[in-house]
This record gives sequence, structure tokens and C-alpha cells, in this order.
Amino acid sequence: MQIYLPIAEISLNVFLLLGLGGAIGFLSGVFGVGGGFLMTPILIFIGVPAPVAVGTEANQIVASSVSGVLAHWRRGNVDLKMGTVLLVGGLAGSTFGVWLFALLREIGQIDLVIRLSYVTFLGLIGGLMFVEALRAMTKRRSAGGMGKLHKHTWIHGLPLKMRFRRSKLYISALLPLGVGFFVGVLSALMGVGGGFIMVPAMIYLLGMPTAVVVGTSLFQIIFVTANVTFLQAYANQTVDVVLALLLLIGAVVGAQIGAKMSTRLHGEQLRILLAIMVLGVCAKLGYDLTTTPVDIYTIGVSH
Amino acid sequence: MSRALVIVALAVFAGLAPKGAKAVPLLADTSKHLVAITTGFTGDEVLVFGTIDEPGDVVVVVRGPSIPIVMHRKSNIAGIWINTASMTFEQAPSFYAVASSKPLDEIARPNVLARHELGVENLKLEIPRARASPNVAQDWRAGLIRNQQRRGLYPTMVNEIGFLGERLFRTRIEFPDNVPTGTYQAEVYLIVDGHVVSAQKTPLIVSKVGAEAEVYDFAYQNSALYGVIAILIALVAGWLAHIAFRK
Repeated sequence: MQIYLPIAEISLNVFLLLGLGGAIGFLSGVFGVGGGFLMTPILIFIGVPAPVAVGTEANQIVASSVSGVLAHWRRGNVDLKMGTVLLVGGLAGSTFGVWLFALLREIGQIDLVIRLSYVTFLGLIGGLMFVEALRAMTKRRSAGGMGKLHKHTWIHGLPLKMRFRRSKLYISALLPLGVGFFVGVLSALMGVGGGFIMVPAMIYLLGMPTAVVVGTSLFQIIFVTANVTFLQAYANQTVDVVLALLLLIGAVVGAQIGAKMSTRLHGEQLRILLAIMVLGVCAKLGYDLTTTPVDIYTIGVSH
Repeated sequence: MSRALVIVALAVFAGLAPKGAKAVPLLADTSKHLVAITTGFTGDEVLVFGTIDEPGDVVVVVRGPSIPIVMHRKSNIAGIWINTASMTFEQAPSFYAVASSKPLDEIARPNVLARHELGVENLKLEIPRARASPNVAQDWRAGLIRNQQRRGLYPTMVNEIGFLGERLFRTRIEFPDNVPTGTYQAEVYLIVDGHVVSAQKTPLIVSKVGAEAEVYDFAYQNSALYGVIAILIALVAGWLAHIAFRK
């Protein structure tokens, strides 16, 4: 059954979109990742214009983050103060990101920047996940043996120190502001929540306890992606609510099933599978960037 | 004089206008005047049909509204293909289709085909002269045509026009699912001995209708409110999912 998407201006199969939402939702339920970093490139592969894929995916992530954060909220795993500081940086970053997005679109470089960002980050994250999962499989050790960095570096000399009680931290506010800003820019450019960068940054850079990391990250992702959704809709008209709705119906159902099944599945094998998928998407995007295009002439946005 | 008029009128009325009568040499219409893009839209086709009053060749052209089109050209920089040049066509048809009763070059001389823009290679696709030499301009033009052909918006071949007897003709024009909206023109030309002796233009509207149109218009006219609603839908959906699956 085909459905015409009013903003993307193409028709796609309804069940393909529901299934896609379900599959990515399932993965996000199992691994606790947002899935935007897989969904946006796949949308581009099936023919959705890259700017619409990015704007629409931000909208869908709002929904999945809300359903995710509510569960963490009940368990008290959200550091509101830290979340708010990250959020201030995130709002500034995503606003800047949407402006940058419009500028790049105008000069015809947005596709390149989206694809390059994906190749870089998917390659990095996929590679790390793959290595980590392999190591875990061979050594059968409990994961997360990195330990906290308690060395005093230049980071601890930054001004504007703030106390974050829930995270048991006394650090400069500039740090979470900077992390929030950086992830906000990526969120706007790539159509992702940015959890896959935010979470490691919170653990290794800010030194937050792992228990509050995911909840706090999800908390601020809601607002940052909502900001991206609003600005993309307002400035670029690239949010397709019909597409977002179809994806999120699949995604929320898939995520719940994934979360329920995650305890019964073999974590490492699945992690390797996810890493291979991430690397596969990365390779496809990289291949498209480097092989001779079908036509060196392309049509840009008309205005 | 008046007697001649009566004869012509009678002849036309009877559909038997004698050779040489120039009153209504060509009559044409389209099977529909609105191509409606609805939820299940996967493309559409429109029949262009009519009757000619003297033996000759018929060419049918359907063109979408002219729009400015921005083009980019890629080059390989350090192994990556990057857009390094761009060019704007101020006026290019957003859609173009052509059908003919015979190969175009057998119907009329190139200057006639060019004057009426018959055939995709005869489209007037102008770019600012100062921006490019003729060779370079030709590359950009060819690039634009190839892109539009890949999107199914320009034809890769000239459609056939079928005749029923010598007078009645008809042809099918296909619109893909990504057809641009706007007011189209269906143009029918009657060409005798290499000259256009008659032409008729019929407007054809391509428009989103129903929910599709409302969502689109809303997104473009009330962008801020559209953004807010998109967020609200997502918030509610996320909350509902949480409620539904809480044990």
C-alpha cells in the first residue's frame, strides 16, 4: 500500500515505513540507543530527500525520547540540573545547527556535509562497538572496566564551577555547556538525538555516574530535538509529519518489544551485529561519496 | 461572402469541412483537466485527443509551469565528489512531455521545432550569457535534461500519436508520482508541409488535494504552528506509548 508523503513529495510503501520504524525501534530497545543514526541514512537510501530525512527524524526522536525518559524519571535516574545545563548548550547548538543547515542547503553542500558527518561518526562508533564487543566475547569479562578518570587536568581549572548533587560532581559549567552545544549542532545537521556521542561524553569527559547518564541524556534530547523539529519546520519546511507518524508508530512498538527481549538475548553477539550494521551503513555512504557519480550534474533546491 | 460562411459553418457542423477551409482546422481536449495528488497517488495519465480538419501531422506537448532551477556540478577533490560549481536556469519547465504522429525531424525543419520548443532538445533553457561560454552552457543544459529525465519529468523519447482514420487522434501523457504541482499547458500543433497551421492550448491543473494539500499548505503557510503541532504529536505519541506498555 503506497502512501504519498506531502513534504517529502514521494510515495512510499506504508508497511515498509512501519517495518523500518519497528526494526530500528527494536534495536534501540535492546541497546538503549536512539536509532536516529541508523534511521536517517536508511531514509535517504530509500529515496527521502536528505533534508527531509533529517528534519523528520528529529521529530520522531522527540517521541521515542519521551517514552524512554518517563521510565527513567520514575526510577529517579535524571539529573535535572545537569540536564538543564546540557540543554542550554544544546538549544544554542541546535539553533546554530539549523541556521548552518539552511546556509549549506543554499550553497548546495548540505548533502555532502550530512553524508560526511555520518561516515565520520558511524565509522568511529561502529568501529569502537565492534572492537569492544569482540573483546568482551573473547575475554568474557564484565563490561565497563574503564573506571573513572580522577586525574586533575586542565578541565578542572576551568571557571564557572557548579555543583551537580545528583551526579556527585563539582565541575565547570562550561564543560556540559560545550558538550551540549556540540551535540546540538550534530543533532540539527544529522537528524539524530546524539545519545551515541552524549553518553560516552558524559561518562568519560564529565565523569558522571552511569546510572543517571541515559536518563539525563534522554531528558535533554527531548528538548533539543523538539527545538530542531520546530526550527527545521519553521525555517526549512523539511518536517514531514505523515512520515514521522508512520515511523514512530513502528518505533515505539519495536522499542518496547526490544526492551522486553533484551534480557533474553545474547548481548555480545547482538552488539557485534549492530556494529556490523552501523559499519555497513557507513561503508555505503562512504562508497557513494567516493565512487564516480551517475551524473556530475545535479539539481539543487529551487527557491 | 455570407454564403461562403454558411457553407463553412455547415461543413464544420457536419464534421466534413472541405479542404482549404481554415475555420476550425484543429480541435483538441484532455480527458481530465485536473491531476489530483491524493494520499494513494502513484502517478496518473491523461489522454489528449482531438480531430484535425486537413491531413497533416500532429504534435502534442504538455509542459509544467516554468521555474528557476539551480544546478550543481561535482568534481573529485581528494577522493570525494563535491559540488564545486553551480548555475541557475532562470526559466525551465518543471515538466515536459511530447508526442508526435511522426518522428519530429520528418515533420518540420529545426527552426520550426525550435520556435515552438517541440522536442526536449529544442527547449529554450537559457542561462545568463556572462556566466558561461556556449560549450559550457551546452553541458549545463544537457545535465539539466539528464537529471529531469532520470526523475521522469522530461521524456527520453517522443510518444506516438495514434490515429483513428485520418481525422481523429489521441495520445497518452504519463505523470510520475513526483510530478510538480501547478498550472500545466497541453499544447496541440497541426503541422502541414512543415508549417504550423494551427495550435491549441488547454490548461491542465496538477494539484495536491485533500489531506495532502492541507498538510503541505499548512507546513508552508503556518510554518511555526506546524512545527509546534509536529512536536505536540510526538510528545503525545511518546507518552501514549509509555502508558500502553507500562506492564
